[in-house]
Amino acid sequence: MNQYEEQAEVLRQEQLAPGIFRLTLKAPEIALAARPGQFVMLRVSACHDPLLRRPLSIHQAGSNGQIQLMYKVVGKGTVLLAGMRQGQKISLSGPLGRGFAFAGRPALCLVGGGMGIAPLYFLGKEIMRGNEPPKCVVLLGARNAAELGPLAGDFRDLGITETHVATDDGSLGHHGFVAELLKSRLDPEQSWTVCACGPLPMMKAVAGQCRARGYECQVSLETMMACGISACLGCAVPQPDPQAPYLHVCKDGPVFKAEEVAWP
Amino acid sequence: MNEPDLRVNIGGLVLKNPVLTASGTFGYGREFAPYMNLHHLGGIVVKGISLAPRRGNPPPRVVETAAGMLNAIGLENVGVERFISEKMPWLRGCGTRVIVNILGDSLEDYRALAARLGEVEGISAIEVNISCPNVKKGGVAFGTDPAMAEAVTRAVCEESHLPVIVKLSPNVSDISIIARAVEAGGAQAVSLINTLLGMAIDIKTRRPRLANVVGGLSGPAIKPVALRMVWQAARAVKIPVIGIGGISSAEDALEFILAGATAIEVGTANFVNPKAAEEIAVGLARYLSEQKIAGISELIGGLILAP
Repeated sequence: MNQYEEQAEVLRQEQLAPGIFRLTLKAPEIALAARPGQFVMLRVSACHDPLLRRPLSIHQAGSNGQIQLMYKVVGKGTVLLAGMRQGQKISLSGPLGRGFAFAGRPALCLVGGGMGIAPLYFLGKEIMRGNEPPKCVVLLGARNAAELGPLAGDFRDLGITETHVATDDGSLGHHGFVAELLKSRLDPEQSWTVCACGPLPMMKAVAGQCRARGYECQVSLETMMACGISACLGCAVPQPDPQAPYLHVCKDGPVFKAEEVAWP
Repeated sequence: MNEPDLRVNIGGLVLKNPVLTASGTFGYGREFAPYMNLHHLGGIVVKGISLAPRRGNPPPRVVETAAGMLNAIGLENVGVERFISEKMPWLRGCGTRVIVNILGDSLEDYRALAARLGEVEGISAIEVNISCPNVKKGGVAFGTDPAMAEAVTRAVCEESHLPVIVKLSPNVSDISIIARAVEAGGAQAVSLINTLLGMAIDIKTRRPRLANVVGGLSGPAIKPVALRMVWQAARAVKIPVIGIGGISSAEDALEFILAGATAIEVGTANFVNPKAAEEIAVGLARYLSEQKIAGISELIGGLILAP
């Protein structure tokens, strides 16, 4: 298992939008081993409160030893994280979990909602890396244009010209849910692999559409977890068969085939 | 000065140092191999094993609380046969003592588990869980009734040639009564405390934060309670006591040892810092060297009460 615990140095803390930050860290071992869709566990405080590490998906990792995380300030852990400044050290463990499977797919569609966009950038970058990258469409959903910040531009800069946006308030792109763009933006003649990450209702809608059209669908799930390394077994997810054992987000996921999990 | 002697003896089982890992917080050991040298530990106590595999409770199963966490995993495990075939081969080569935590719904379950594990090479001791708060039958029922606790202990000891450690529940009014009952049943040691029963509510949804409603509280928040109960248990019995509850540093471990613990188990701290147990073992050695104490056994029960 290529997992590491590193005292990562904060290189940059950028505010992308109100309450949304992008943190750049130097963590060479983790950065080198990371694959799109995997996550890290961050110890946001050396004190006992908040106690547990925070799971965050990897927004970007490079051979330069740097790793980027994107997060929204929602509680005391992320408040502390947003206070981290250049030069400070933070304990990072990872890379953890099973990421997206994208090798050999002729056409990929990445669907992200809110903070769920974070791991898709790493995925988009890896997809576009080769000389003849597959067809790639990116669909991004957010509450409004401000929440999206520079992200749509970041995907276009990767060469993914088919980057489309939906906002709840209509301030940018399609006025409505991002899942609705699957109908209008994907060529129905193609055999698509859809990789989704975002709020559960969004992923459920995406999974439903993929099932109806026969597309492969992978979803990245988020749960409460204490350890990230399948020791606590806290991150249980039910399978469609109610008698089957639970899956665990940290080890079996966070990326699952949509048909592997029971949708609420 | 020579290297300090960290060895301790738990009912005939010699550990190279007093640092163990608590069941349910260290998986089956292998999960932590990327982060530490397991052979630096006194031993590992693996995730509780039942006769048949268990699914555990529905999610959400864990929630963070002030300086602690609540869990209601519900004893999810692979069952004894898969444990023996899938987990033991790796554990036999892990370089430290392997203690297997067992749990059951009946005396017969405990008896069968002890007998089956007794046939398996590479297991150093049995820890009997009579104290899990998250399952309906068995578990805590055995842990809160002195007669039942004694009966379970006796059943396991009759079937097992290995040292038997009985893990006690703190959810009792007098821990010394249960500790004495387990000693009378023939246990070689007691370990305590398991988690304290607690709960948390989401005031936005007005729902419990755990699907099981109640769960076990662990982490630094419970350390003073655990320390008090370890001290009480150590005064009540002659067999060794293993201290558990919120230990996250060598200093914490030393408090438990002074209160009367012969060894300690590191639990929730493994989640916070996957190197915690190893760092605690290193920290104990450093403390003894700095204080010019020849052996850790000099400190066990060294609490000074008189003015």
